[in-house]
Amino acid sequence: MATAIAQLHGLSKRYRIGSLGPSYGRLTESLWNAMAKPFRSGSRTEEPTRYIWAVKNLDLEVHEGDVIGVVGRNGAGKTTLLKLLARITEPTEGYGELRGRVGSLLEVGTGFHPELTGRENVYLNGGVLGMRRREINRKFDEIVEFAEVSHFLDTPVKRYSSGMKVRLAFAVAASLEPEILIIDEVLTVGDAAFQKKCLGKMNEVAGSGRTVFFVSHNMGAVSELCTRAILMEKGHKLVDGSVGDVIERYGELISAGGHNVELEPDPSRACSIVGAELTDGAGSPTTSFDLEDEVRIKVRYVVLQHLRGLQITATLARNMIDVVHSFDTDQLDHIPDRSPGTYEAEYAIPPRFLKAGNYTVRLTAGTPEELMHDLEGVLSFEIEERSENTHMKGYRKERPGHVISLGTWTTTRVG
Amino acid sequence: MARAVYGGRAACIMSTTVQTVTDRSSADSVILRPSRGLASFGLRELWRYRELLFFITWRDVKVRYKQTALGAAWAVIQPALLMLVFALFVGRFVPKPHGIPYPIFVFTALVPWTLFAQSLNGASGSLVLSADLVSKVYFPRLILPLAATGSFILDLVLGIVVLIIVMAFAGIAPGVGIVALPLLALFALLTAFAVGIWLSALNVRYRDVIYAVPFLLQIWLFASPVAYPSTIVHGFWQVIYGLNPMAGVIEGFRWALLGLPPPPLGLMAASLGAMLVILVSGMVYFRTTERTFADVI
Repeated sequence: MATAIAQLHGLSKRYRIGSLGPSYGRLTESLWNAMAKPFRSGSRTEEPTRYIWAVKNLDLEVHEGDVIGVVGRNGAGKTTLLKLLARITEPTEGYGELRGRVGSLLEVGTGFHPELTGRENVYLNGGVLGMRRREINRKFDEIVEFAEVSHFLDTPVKRYSSGMKVRLAFAVAASLEPEILIIDEVLTVGDAAFQKKCLGKMNEVAGSGRTVFFVSHNMGAVSELCTRAILMEKGHKLVDGSVGDVIERYGELISAGGHNVELEPDPSRACSIVGAELTDGAGSPTTSFDLEDEVRIKVRYVVLQHLRGLQITATLARNMIDVVHSFDTDQLDHIPDRSPGTYEAEYAIPPRFLKAGNYTVRLTAGTPEELMHDLEGVLSFEIEERSENTHMKGYRKERPGHVISLGTWTTTRVG
Repeated sequence: MARAVYGGRAACIMSTTVQTVTDRSSADSVILRPSRGLASFGLRELWRYRELLFFITWRDVKVRYKQTALGAAWAVIQPALLMLVFALFVGRFVPKPHGIPYPIFVFTALVPWTLFAQSLNGASGSLVLSADLVSKVYFPRLILPLAATGSFILDLVLGIVVLIIVMAFAGIAPGVGIVALPLLALFALLTAFAVGIWLSALNVRYRDVIYAVPFLLQIWLFASPVAYPSTIVHGFWQVIYGLNPMAGVIEGFRWALLGLPPPPLGLMAASLGAMLVILVSGMVYFRTTERTFADVI
């Protein structure tokens, strides 16, 4: 039997509602409370503090060489679990033990300083991630080669393109060699070619016998990398088993969503999505569409401060694989400014484009610099072949591919 | 293999059943107990992360004067300008102390004072400015205010060198006390660090601190013997006056560099004691609140 490298017993983390965002106390409040305390007898007049358990009663045993995918919807407690494992935050209850050096990669490029050069940032970032100077020296060439930035080593990072920054940051992180590696969603950055390269590198890491915790919404990456997975929901561990089982249950969980979602605006976000709705071409709400129907996704969002370059994105996934990723600014030649207010945006998907199947919608709001709101699997719908389609056969769902081919074939006899 | 154990308040009950499983015999295992009550200083862990401390200190130094035309000269310009102001507006009312020209008398105090003021400014915001680091990576958080103070060591040295050059021109020789200068510099650094950790940890929870610091520094400047000699205070009051650790630091610097008579023992002892109290309480407060930094910041 393999040795347990990590054991968690009843690990729980409780947050006070309101202190999740960047809110903080004011000195006067605390002083006032402290002064008022002696005069406040028995009966509590203040409203009771509300708490939420971001992670509740989590038991987990991980063996050396396990590559564990942590899957779940937004707010299921995945990131909190990683933060507990990485010792960034302390559990409220429970007990955990990790044997070995823990390296965490919760965000690419943490600790990069824009004024410093690429070379300097490699050392700084490496140090932040827990590497020794000797170790960085040894791996320096490898890092630079992987990141493809050798010509810009002595240029301040603020002059780097965002792609270069991400490549360099990932390269530093990938050279980390702890016994336990914790990774959160790093694959969602960079261009497709680099993502592939990252995936390859992570495969290498996973195959080298190191223990990895991997949080991702990308089921393709999870099934490619992980040897087992857990599904989280509302802070609890729902499923602990094979990657296939977990992805299936996750799919069920997500497609339980309806045609309509209403959310409270979050005052700590500059922009928050407050509503989303699915309708057909005629405007009537539904979650079940015919191949010949138009699918409309209506997004309502609140902007609290003037935002330059605010973009709303809709990402459609079919059977957990992303099919369409579309920005509300795609049709515009410039990125608009948004002043405070409530906006409604509609994304219309033409008929005869999506194949039959189950779709989930992820909605995000943010500027190129900052992701402000991310709602994974907020809506879901299905597309059926209700009518026999005679003029196009590419719709058949048995064929590979997720969209109906819009290309045309022309054949001429050439000999 | 290093071992990390952690848990919350309820952990002690659960851990007893679990720890039998763990291998306690491995010699280099590190066990972090569930944190309850007041925290320890965590100096051993700080030592393990010394390279990161170096990296971040060096980053702070490097970044500070990037894209400035005058660069590191600012380290000297700031106290020099302040000295000019004091010499023009206060100097005429203060009798020439011990035959030392007033500008040099003031500048000697401004060298450690600038270190104190600058590092307080830097340290108080150090955790909040690195909020992304604090909420994304684990490392001993003390590194941030420590680096903020440490990044002004170079400025301190530069200030002392300039002062000695000016003294040479003015024909003032330092006394034997100069051998104690490194110790006094350490005293100055520890004072700056002690107040800095208090403010940095408080600032995580109460952003009021950032607004209070400039005001605090103004008052502190006049409560310290920068523009005037501490000899205007007599007898027992000197001990009370010495409770401001900067009083001891500044009088120590004047004794070591200008060859003035040594500061009264009562004042020095009070300053040293006050510094240690602030330092130890600051460490305890910092380490105890550190557990929730990532949740609150």
